[in-house]
This record gives sequence, C-alpha cells and structure tokens, in this order.
Amino acid sequence: MTSLEDKNHMIVARGLTKAYGNFVAVDGIDFEVRKGEAFGLLGPNGAGKSTTMKMIASVSKRTGGQLTILGLDPDKSGPEIRAHLGVVPQLDNLDRELKVHENLYTYGRFFGLSRKFLKAKVEELLEFAQLTDKRESKTEELSGGMKRRLTIARGLVNEPEILMLDEPTTGLDPQARHILWDRLFRLKEQGVTLVITTHYMDEAEQLCDRLIVMDKGKIMAEGSPADLIKRFASKEVLEVRFGSSKNFEAAEMISHIGHRTEVLPDRILIYSENGEADLQAILAMGLEPITSLVRRSSLEDVFLRLTGRTLIE
Amino acid sequence: MSTVTSVEKSVHASVWQGSKKLVRVRRAIALGWLHVAEARLRNMLKWWVAISVVGLGNPVLYLFSVGIGIGALVNANGGSGQLGGVSYLTFLAPALLSSAAVVAFQDETSFPVLEGFLWNKIFFAMNATPITGRSIVGGVLAAAFVRALFTVVLYEGVLLIFGAITTAVLVPMFFSAMFAGLAFGSGMLAAASFVKEDEGFFAVVGRFVVAPMMLFSGTFYPLESMPIYLQWVGWISPLWHATDLGRTLSYGHPQQLWVIISHWVYLALWVFVGIPIANRKIAKRLAA
Repeated sequence: MTSLEDKNHMIVARGLTKAYGNFVAVDGIDFEVRKGEAFGLLGPNGAGKSTTMKMIASVSKRTGGQLTILGLDPDKSGPEIRAHLGVVPQLDNLDRELKVHENLYTYGRFFGLSRKFLKAKVEELLEFAQLTDKRESKTEELSGGMKRRLTIARGLVNEPEILMLDEPTTGLDPQARHILWDRLFRLKEQGVTLVITTHYMDEAEQLCDRLIVMDKGKIMAEGSPADLIKRFASKEVLEVRFGSSKNFEAAEMISHIGHRTEVLPDRILIYSENGEADLQAILAMGLEPITSLVRRSSLEDVFLRLTGRTLIE
Repeated sequence: MSTVTSVEKSVHASVWQGSKKLVRVRRAIALGWLHVAEARLRNMLKWWVAISVVGLGNPVLYLFSVGIGIGALVNANGGSGQLGGVSYLTFLAPALLSSAAVVAFQDETSFPVLEGFLWNKIFFAMNATPITGRSIVGGVLAAAFVRALFTVVLYEGVLLIFGAITTAVLVPMFFSAMFAGLAFGSGMLAAASFVKEDEGFFAVVGRFVVAPMMLFSGTFYPLESMPIYLQWVGWISPLWHATDLGRTLSYGHPQQLWVIISHWVYLALWVFVGIPIANRKIAKRLAA
C-alpha cells in the first residue's frame, strides 16, 4: 500500500467515503494520483465522481476513510490546500456582471495575488484561452465553449499544482471540445497534474494517463485506457444490427462467434480478435445483418463489461 | 521561425510555472474578506447609475413630499409641541437617514447571497480558493457598509441643503444610521443564507418586514403616539432604536440613559447574533 506521505503522490485516498444520511455516494474507494499525470474518473451520472472531486477540492468533508492532498488533510487544511488547486466545476460559475478580464482578475485576488502580478497574468491567460479579443466583453455574451475556456483559464490564475476538471466538455460542440483538449494537453506537457471526471470515453482515452472506472460509489477497475481495454475488452468489436425485434433471436444463433456477445436493444456487440473474419462467418451462416461495423474496442466496452450498462443512458 | 511558432512558445513558457510559493496562504486567508469585498464593490460599480439615482433621488423626494409637504401641515397645527419643540423636518431627518442605511444594507446583503448561491453560484467559485464562508460573510458586509456609507453621506448632504440638520450633528447621526444599517444587514444576511429559492423572498421581505418597519418604528411620528399594542413593532425594530438614538444625538431629544444604552445594546445584539448565524449557515451550504 502506498504511504499517505509519499512525495510523488499529489493525492492519496484510502477507504474514502461520503454518505448523505443513508445514501452512500462514495463507498470506501482507494486511489492515488501521481505528480504530473492526467488522472481520470470515468463513470455514468450518479457514480460518485463529482462527490469525489468535491472532497479532493477540499470543500466537502469526507464521512469516512483517509484523504491527503499535497500531503495535507483537507479537513484540517482546506484553505491551504485550495491555495494550490485549480478548480473547473461542472457548471460555469463565472460572475456574469463582470467583463471577461475582470473575472480573471477578481478570482486571482481571492488567492491574495498582487494587482501587479495579475495585470500580466490576466493577459497571458486570455491568450491561452484564445479570448484576448473578448477581453472587454461581458461574460454572459460569450458562447458555451468560450465560457468553458474562461473557466479553465480562471482555474490557472494561481499556477496550481493540481488542476481539477469536472466534466470539462459536457455540452460543447465537437470543435470546441477539440480546442479544449488541445489546451489541456499543453498544460499536461508543462507538468500540471490533471484530475478529470468525464462520462465520455473518447475524452478519457484522449486525456488520461490512468483512470478509475466508477459505478455506484465504488471503483470497478483501475489502469491506463489501453490497459483497461486489454484486460476487459477484446482487440476489436463487431457491431451488427438485425432490427430490434430480431436481435435477440440472431444473438442466440451467433453466440459461438467471437469471445463474447453483448445484446443491446438496438444492436449486437461481438467481442472479437478479428471482426472482419467473424462478420464473414455470420454471412456464411446465411444471416444478413441490416448494418455491420468493425471497430477498435473502447472504454465504453470496458464499462459495459464491468457494469452491464452503457455510460450514457 | 514563423509567427505562430513564437506565439505558441510564449504561451507554453508563460502560463504555468508551478510556483508553490506564488500564493501567500496565511495572508490570503487573513485578508479573504477584503478580497470578497473588492469583488462585490467591482460588481456594485456596474450599477453605479442606479445606486446614485436612488441614493440622491430618495432623500430629495422624501424631503419634498413628507418633510416639507406634511411638515407644513404639522408645523401649522402646533405639531412642534408634540415633537419636542423642533420642526417636523428636523424630527424626520434621523429616521430617514437610518432607514436609508437600512435599505442600502438590505440590498447588499440579500441580493448577493442569492446571486452567490443560486444565480451565478459565485460563492462556490470563491470557496474553491482560500476564501472561506467566514470571509464571504465579512466581505459582503464590508461591501454593504461602503454602499451604505455612500448613501448616508449623500443623504446628509441633502439634509444639510434642506436645513434639516446642522454640521455639528453630521458625525453622530452618521454613526447611529450606519449602526442601524449594520444591525439590520447582519440579520438580513443571516436570513438570506437560509433561502433556497428566490421566488417570493424579496416580496416577503419588502412587504412584511421593511415596509411595516418603516411605518411602525416612529419614523413619521413619535412611537408613543401609537396604541400600546402596536408599539412592540417599534421595540423589536432596529430602525426605531437607531432613530430614537439619532434624535437624541441630533437635536437633543430627551431620553433616559438606560434607554440610550439599551438602544446600543439592542443594535449590537443584531450584529452579534446575525453574523455567527450567517457564518455557520453559509459555511454549511458551501460544504454540502
């Protein structure tokens, strides 16, 4: 077991628990986050990701277990820890009355940063967030993607040791998501430790070095995206559709093909080492799927295997 | 080297240095309330036109309509005898000044809490930094104090122009009015910290708290002229205590020493009960 005082560990949780009355939102989880890594919490809504994030952000107190962040106990040293964290919440909580640059400035003042330091810092962050030309705009006039970038820039004003992002790209269009991912990659390259929650498997695969898959407050698996896919899914997945009324019947007939078969309401997933060969085997049986697709296994498949449910329900 | 590359490099080099010593934690925690107040004042400045118009318009309208209009009627019918030998305008001035401070504090302790918890959720953003619930309470009250100070100074200027007060009483009346505002603001902040939905909150406060308080706190006539079964509204209202205090301080309205002391004590009670309740409730909501 890793020591709670290990210098290379920015965050260490042991038996971490949060209960609201009889409801246990986070149920005795163990994990650690190493310096400079991008660590992900993957799971569906209600898995306990955001509650875990709030405890790491040192605002919500745990009801059981141990937690240290930067070697400190958040129950005793909340403000001291928060001084070194950057927090990007699920919903943007910018001050809508203030202009874009004022949001960065006032937030920096909450850390007690000097006016002189902030004058230069605000301009750097505006450039980083590609918002320099929106400097004087009212915050409420920004698009969703711009608000998100501003919230991320705001989270960097204190040059944090750990940047925490709760569902950073939810509600954004594909282009805005890719811009954000690019910004986050840059931070990671500079050595910022990232803690990210997401229910998008492509995001987790893109951004995370290592992740935990959570469901119902518990950790179902831990590892790198590639490692998890290797352990819990096959190399390829063959998706075939026979029509919703025929899928179950067809699944029985082809159950001997591939490693494993998963029947969803709209399609059948066949976990396979060679999707094309398995598709040919199905066609050779005289079955004709309406559509077919061979793809690489993803974290979605890992999650389906671990929980029997899809991530986005 | 292309321009793009040099821009990219400058971004890489400058955004994050990972400096552990950048934030002076103890200082940030100790001065947290000041930083919250700074943010609140910056926010308030966006409304400076409305705040100035209300700050100046209110005293001018009140003094013309009630002070001079009704005052002429009161003075012509020998009302001065009932008012301790002073003109109606002089009698009215401390009450109007206190109520102006109360309303300024009410604005700045109720709206920001709803904004902080419900509308912008900006309190949660503050709490992601070294700012604590206690800093938020201190900062909101400090910013409200500045707004009330602006209002009261403006009001006193208008009262001087109308001849309702003399320069000699500017300072004591300032203190009694600001103390009334602080007392009510502390209570208001405590009450607002419990509000989970904004629907109806301001209507209830305006109609069932502030309006009756203005009408039944001896603002427009001595409290003693009310039936005894209604006088209790004045006794529990911080406005009456501040008004009575202001009258003693401004034109020497005769009052027993124990009553004067009880005014100070009662107003202080609102502050010392209101602030800890707000501290506790706001901290609890932030940690939920």
